[in-house]
Amino acid sequence: MKSATIQLDTLTCPSCSQKIEGALKNLDGIDKDSIKVLFNSSKVKFNFDESKLSIDEIESEINMLGFDVLKSKVK
Amino acid sequence: MQRYIYKNKNLITLISGILIGLAFISKFTTGNMNIFQWALIVASILGALPIALQAYQSLRVKVVSIDVLVTIAVLGAFLIQNYEESAIVTFLFLFGAYLEQRTLNQTRSAIKELVEMAPESALKLMENGEFEEVDIDDVDVGDILLVKTGAKVPVDGTVLSGEGYINEASITGESVPVEKTEGSKVYAGTILDNGTLRIVADRVGEDTTFGKIIELVEEAQDSKSEAERFIDRFAKYYTPAVLVIGFVTWLISRDIELAITILVLGCPGALVIGVPVSNVAGIGNGARNGVLLKGSEVINDFSKLDTIVFDKTGTLTMGNPSVAEKEYYGDNIDEALKYLASVESESDHPLAKAVLEEIGDIELLPVENTEVIKGGGIVANVKGHRIAVGNVHLMERENVELSEKAKKDIEGFEKNGNSLVLTAVDGELKILMGVRDQIRPGVKEDLERLRRLGVKNLVMLSGDNQGTVDLVSRELGLTEVHGNMLPEDKSEYIKKLKEKGQIVAFVGDGVNDSPSLALADIGIAMGGGTDVAIETSDVVLMNSDFSRLPHALGLVKATARNMKQNIFIAVGTVAVLLYSLLFSNWMNMSIGMLVHEGSILAVILNGMRLLSYRLRN
Repeated sequence: MKSATIQLDTLTCPSCSQKIEGALKNLDGIDKDSIKVLFNSSKVKFNFDESKLSIDEIESEINMLGFDVLKSKVK
Repeated sequence: MQRYIYKNKNLITLISGILIGLAFISKFTTGNMNIFQWALIVASILGALPIALQAYQSLRVKVVSIDVLVTIAVLGAFLIQNYEESAIVTFLFLFGAYLEQRTLNQTRSAIKELVEMAPESALKLMENGEFEEVDIDDVDVGDILLVKTGAKVPVDGTVLSGEGYINEASITGESVPVEKTEGSKVYAGTILDNGTLRIVADRVGEDTTFGKIIELVEEAQDSKSEAERFIDRFAKYYTPAVLVIGFVTWLISRDIELAITILVLGCPGALVIGVPVSNVAGIGNGARNGVLLKGSEVINDFSKLDTIVFDKTGTLTMGNPSVAEKEYYGDNIDEALKYLASVESESDHPLAKAVLEEIGDIELLPVENTEVIKGGGIVANVKGHRIAVGNVHLMERENVELSEKAKKDIEGFEKNGNSLVLTAVDGELKILMGVRDQIRPGVKEDLERLRRLGVKNLVMLSGDNQGTVDLVSRELGLTEVHGNMLPEDKSEYIKKLKEKGQIVAFVGDGVNDSPSLALADIGIAMGGGTDVAIETSDVVLMNSDFSRLPHALGLVKATARNMKQNIFIAVGTVAVLLYSLLFSNWMNMSIGMLVHEGSILAVILNGMRLLSYRLRN
């Protein structure tokens, strides 16, 4: 398990966080309980299994929802 | 394609705005309804694109978002060929979102400033023996780093070599530069004012004190109170419910116009954003002023405070006793001061320290036959003179005659809460000094401010003896004081207060009173940003500066008020809209959208006022 922090472009509606959380929950390989969408700092934090999916796949999923990824950090 | 549309949302908004403008100009000037219609149709389709895309994406993850409501409403308007409404609604929705983003960035600016103070790069010693600039993420514990004048210290570390002055304002709030030499600890985010340091990294990234502060503030602004969680849950079912109501309305009345108007009016915008906006602005103001508030739950409790408990005398006093008053008797005082300093310099008694500090640099003479009298003082020989330094009992024992004036002075000094140091040379009183722990400057005024903000009880629990704490209490007018308290007595006392139904804040340094900090409704740590303090408390006063406390209390009260105002605005707007829809005939989709966006901007602007909050005297 790796933990990731993704910095997004400004989130403006709290339902955005619901969307992102919902989308990530559907991905196989993400620890569902670890998903934290920080509305005000426009960040997403979660743990994921690198053998099942890559950070790039997760980023493109978020992009698809209409949110720009500014920076991501995995460790 | 999708990404292209998202990226150019602002451009789309602009074009659709221009098209709507053109449509109306042509209608009113040339009366050409063809151009009017087509311009509006293009504007509707263009504007609906990004909204519909977002709606589709959110349905895909099983969320009924506002986009879904708006998309259906626009489709409905299109269906009944009301292009005017469909165009205006999409435009207002997009333009509103743009304004929201701009203003929200403002409310978040204070916290952003803090985050941006985090160091981004470091000069790291590479294998080839040279220092190279690397990204902060590539620095590990144990790396050797170079910090040059004007640069930020990139990590928490220890100085290996070099000297310099560091401005630690980002950690302690104290802007007076601190000298650092070999072996000194340095902290990430602080700035080297001058000098050059070679340091070894002890803690990096999020583990540094500064990293923890940032994480704390970031999590705090997104932590949710019970009320907010309720609103969130509510919003989750509210939007689908609006959809259902709209559909049912259509089924019954067969009036598409009415049904889609309900969809637009039902958008829950201001309600879900109102409280988070106040929260982030309040926490941001605090962060800028050296007050870390851990989330909206803390803000709520803190604003209802009844009682503040102070953990020790040192919070209110200077913590180091000093000479507050002195009197000289007879002549040859300079000689007497030399004798006094010489005798005291051999003692490690706290009073001796205060006396020496007061006298300052003076010639010290050899001291012989020193005798320490328990509970009295010191007797010794200097240059053949018999010197007695101590309290009144010692003077009696030494048969020192006290004049009427001296007796009066002694009485006065004692009344002011001083411990006495008398000096006699060859049985004759020469010097009288009164030593006491002085109240920190401004504390009295700050306590008064706290009272005016509605704090009912100010209590001090101290490990010092009852006599000392009584004196402090009398000078400051505290409600209650208790001396000789052990840490467990303090937490027991707080438990009792809480049982009485009071909301209690405990102010401590977090070093040995963590149980009390955790037990109190609000634990307030006054400790230059130490780890323990940051972790166990609810509120951290960054600099151990007492004057931040009234600001903190005033701020949380203003923030709690602001949240209530925003809830009122949001609920009031929906009520007015629904009322107008049912009982008036001027309400339509466009006006509904306008009012809806207006209420969102109103709560954001209201929240923004908190950024400039200052405590009025």
